[in-house]
Amino acid sequence: MGLGGLLDALWQVEFLRMVVLAAVVFTFLAVGGPLFLVLAERKISAWIQARVGPKHVGPHGILQTVADTVKLLQKESIVPHRADVVLFTAAPVLVAVAALLDWIVIPFAPGVIVRDLNVGILYFAAVSSLTVIGILTGGWASNNKYSLLGGLRSAAQMVSYELPLGFSLLVVATLTGTLSTVRIVEAQPYPAHFYPSVIVAAVVFLIAATAEANRIPFDLPEAEAELVAGYFSEYTPMRFALFQLGEYGALLASSALFTTLFLGGWKGPFALPGVGPVVDGMVWFLLKTYAVVFFLMWVRWTYPRSRIDQLLNVSWKILLPVSMANLLVAGVLVVLG
Amino acid sequence: MPLDWAYVAVFALVGAVMAVLPLGVVWLLAPRSQYAHKRIPYESGIVPFGEAWSQFHVRYYLFGLAFLLFDIEVIYIYPWAVVLRELGGFALVEMAVFLGVLGVALAYAWKKGALEWA
Repeated sequence: MGLGGLLDALWQVEFLRMVVLAAVVFTFLAVGGPLFLVLAERKISAWIQARVGPKHVGPHGILQTVADTVKLLQKESIVPHRADVVLFTAAPVLVAVAALLDWIVIPFAPGVIVRDLNVGILYFAAVSSLTVIGILTGGWASNNKYSLLGGLRSAAQMVSYELPLGFSLLVVATLTGTLSTVRIVEAQPYPAHFYPSVIVAAVVFLIAATAEANRIPFDLPEAEAELVAGYFSEYTPMRFALFQLGEYGALLASSALFTTLFLGGWKGPFALPGVGPVVDGMVWFLLKTYAVVFFLMWVRWTYPRSRIDQLLNVSWKILLPVSMANLLVAGVLVVLG
Repeated sequence: MPLDWAYVAVFALVGAVMAVLPLGVVWLLAPRSQYAHKRIPYESGIVPFGEAWSQFHVRYYLFGLAFLLFDIEVIYIYPWAVVLRELGGFALVEMAVFLGVLGVALAYAWKKGALEWA
């Protein structure tokens, strides 16, 4: 076997590795995660509202979302009259793929990351905003007035909150001097004099991430009292499920990114006894991520929906100036410290 | 480096295939009975009038434009954020000027009412 043949063989191994990794990540994070989150959301909302929640399918209702998925698979698929069929079908797929692509740069434990891109957080900002294209496309392609308005509102909301989100990422990049998610985790805990800047960035990030995930108090795109179901009004079960998959996948991914940037990623307050650094890292990482998810669900079931003008005011007139100033403060802290 | 982006491409392809799979299952399992009335877009129970693809309010464009401008500026700040430590105070002053201009732009848009949902 010559050098060319060896390179070919290496490429085939690498390619196989990519495909298997993609399938594993898709199954466990982009599908398994959302299935679990939907159940968690229903259980937590029931708990907050003093109800029982899903109870009958499996022990304590833990198989409810699996049963729901099986039901969704048997439902007829309808494309509305004069809709744009290609875009109508592509939109939910794009949203689901965007949620998968987020996971490439999330470090779970030391050395456990799909690919440590040197532009990590810029990449995350880029692919997570693909969701808005999917939602806008779906709303437009449906040939339904509610869908169109829901899609447009969603686009206005998501692009508005992308700016403060981007500035929060920039603050972290300035403080750590890198865009790689692995090196950002290694740079934590941050020195104490960075705290003012980090805390402001974390709060802005959390608010903006809630808005990006279209969750209460920012769930205007699908405000059911005004817009039926917003951009997915016309979507029949399985395609609707892909949108849900993308939405909960994005929620889980932004919680994971919050953990990575602000909560120390895989680093725990103490090492778990008797397990290696990899298991230890994963346990702490997942604990923190799900704590963030729980916080977002708690917010959703506690607050009312805001109005769209209030929502855009918060982004453009409060979060954006604050985060721009915060970036300068971070720069001063880096240069002085 | 190219390997990194090969990963991204393969993830996108595998993700698309795996997202289309359940649609294939629906195609195999689900009942089908198509008739014209079933495909009418939903409009709260009445027969829809006109097209959904009609004119909509200009304010969406205003927010879109403002976003586009700011988003491009943000891209310029990323390389600065990475090398600030080496460049030191001068780069900080430069970025203060850059963000100052951006702040004036935001104030102008605000004053002109481009940020009002009216």
